[in-house]
Amino acid sequence: MSSKNIETDASLDYQVPLIRGNPTFASITESVSKVTEAKTTKEWFVLFGFFSSLTMIMIGSIGYLIWEGTGIWGLNNPVGWGWAIVNFVFWVGIGHAGTLISAVLFLFHQKWRTSINRFAEAMTIFAVICALVFPGIHVGRIWAVYYFFPIPNQMDMWPNFRSPLLWDFFAVGTYFTVSFMFWYTGLIPDLATLRDRATNKIRKLILGVAALGWRGGNKQWKHYELAYLLLAGLSTPLVLSVHSVVSTDFATSVIPGWHTTIFPPYFVAGAIFSGFAMVMTLAIIARKIYNLEHIITITHLENMNKVILLTGMMVGYSYSMEFFIAWYSGNPYESFAFVNRAFGQYAWAYWIMVSCNVIVPQIFWFRKLRRSIPVMFVASIFVNIGMWFERFVIIVTTLAKDFLPSAWDYFSPTIWDVSLMIGVFGLFFTLFLLFIKHLPMVAMAELKGVLPQADPHFGHDGHEGESK
Amino acid sequence: MSQLFKKSANLWPIYLIITLIVLSSGLVGFFWYYGSPEYTDVGYRPKQPVEYSHKLHAGDLGIDCRYCHTAVEVSARASVPPTETCMNCHSLIGTDNPKLDPVRESWASGESIEWVRVHDLPDYAFFNHSAHVNVGVGCESCHGNVATMDKIEQKKPLSMSWCLSCHRAPEDGLRPLDQVTKMNWKMPENHTEFAQQVIKDKNITPPTDCSGCHR
Repeated sequence: MSSKNIETDASLDYQVPLIRGNPTFASITESVSKVTEAKTTKEWFVLFGFFSSLTMIMIGSIGYLIWEGTGIWGLNNPVGWGWAIVNFVFWVGIGHAGTLISAVLFLFHQKWRTSINRFAEAMTIFAVICALVFPGIHVGRIWAVYYFFPIPNQMDMWPNFRSPLLWDFFAVGTYFTVSFMFWYTGLIPDLATLRDRATNKIRKLILGVAALGWRGGNKQWKHYELAYLLLAGLSTPLVLSVHSVVSTDFATSVIPGWHTTIFPPYFVAGAIFSGFAMVMTLAIIARKIYNLEHIITITHLENMNKVILLTGMMVGYSYSMEFFIAWYSGNPYESFAFVNRAFGQYAWAYWIMVSCNVIVPQIFWFRKLRRSIPVMFVASIFVNIGMWFERFVIIVTTLAKDFLPSAWDYFSPTIWDVSLMIGVFGLFFTLFLLFIKHLPMVAMAELKGVLPQADPHFGHDGHEGESK
Repeated sequence: MSQLFKKSANLWPIYLIITLIVLSSGLVGFFWYYGSPEYTDVGYRPKQPVEYSHKLHAGDLGIDCRYCHTAVEVSARASVPPTETCMNCHSLIGTDNPKLDPVRESWASGESIEWVRVHDLPDYAFFNHSAHVNVGVGCESCHGNVATMDKIEQKKPLSMSWCLSCHRAPEDGLRPLDQVTKMNWKMPENHTEFAQQVIKDKNITPPTDCSGCHR
């Protein structure tokens, strides 16, 4: 046995130790669980109070919307799709990083994901909840919302399977279901850990129900790992499919500026881009507040910055390719749509988008900036802003000037558009605060699996293990 | 550590799933049956301002529907007759009948009689009487055998699926044009050939897309 041997073993898998500070199994359990067990801090209450007030604004805005109708928004002809759809696409996109980190990186044995996957998956689920708020309320007559569902009725009405809006419904629905199951499956062993540590009866019972009778037996682990692998396999196509389908809402129409074949990959890249930025923003705050710097290390953040740089350039490529195709197609309407986008009435929005999404991520070419917390925090916020504007640019500039010049108009949001957007951000952070307070925000069981102690050869001489 | 739950707790998820399935299918089934126009609307027979009997006028006396509902062949609406139409006859007949008091009152004051609408489609559904009557859809097909009703009553559900059942297969709803207003009409033996001929001759293609009725 030698510590030298462990180091060489570890260095085969990764250059730098994944987890700093050489923790033991017990210390990981302790540092993650104590967040949920300790007395709620004053700071948490202040933040929770603030964000739940914003959530109240959302509920109020929705109430007024249902009472008064979608006329309270800035929508009108020709811009029939406004902020509701912008926000919907924005939030669905945010979710993608969670699925990518949890599923795709899992299948590729990227062990660095274990520190952030719980976090990212929770973010996915909350983002999809936020996204689903919008299609739920933008229909106008919300009491007829059961029209969406394939249930027997006296109208002979049945979902139109040729409509991309329906594909969207199923894509996002599947996405939510699978992401939720994946997240919950991963949570089970950790919930059982919390249950076993619980001292009060009610907490024991609640966590006991939530842990679904997990005992940590060998057979249970075997089933668990298979289930986890299967769910990871199921989620992986969703990374590509969900935003592809969302993009068909636009791409299958005949509006110049929407009707392009580049949309599905362009949307997927943008979704991963914005999702990683959002994970970054949240992770930086959480690791600071809860002293998890040794678990969510600077290396993890650097890796995420590399993904942001890559996907940012893919998005930039799409922006330029749209212009190229508009010119190359020789279609005057197509060219007009894109020239109007960059130099027309919404040029300000277009250039905000380009600066935030294409120019800002370029700083991550430099290792020093990639590893600087303040720089990446600011950059991640810029990316979030940029990606919101991307959806705004795609949706609003395209509709504001379509085929009929007499109908051209300038879209301006109303106070209700703004209040709803702010309110939904409130909902997102409210859910996130509840998650951080009540659930283990780092996957303890998985994290222990990547520690050197978890290696079967730990503590043995390599040759000795071979000979036996 | 002591056991938190009894062994029977293993069955809880199954109970939960069964309960959810039963509840959700029960909910859908409840509204499917009790929420359908066939349950809620058929048999609607409101009190009218005048005790007018279609059985007497259209049935026993055999007055044609179009004597009163004059616009049915030329407009979207069949039109409810004005008081003047009643008075064509009732200025001479039944002049002392107290049932006609509201009609004479309306005649004297010039205020219309406020009939209660029985066959009321939603505002977002555009129905055109002339389009149906002129290709040979009988009044009876939608309104039932009016000639037997003392007080008008809704006989058909008028739900969207009910409209569509005919729009998708119009054969059984068509009759010769001179039979359109006839009540209790019996389909002749050779109806299928007749209907197919009419559909071909008049190029009858009832719309089944949304904008056919929801314009």
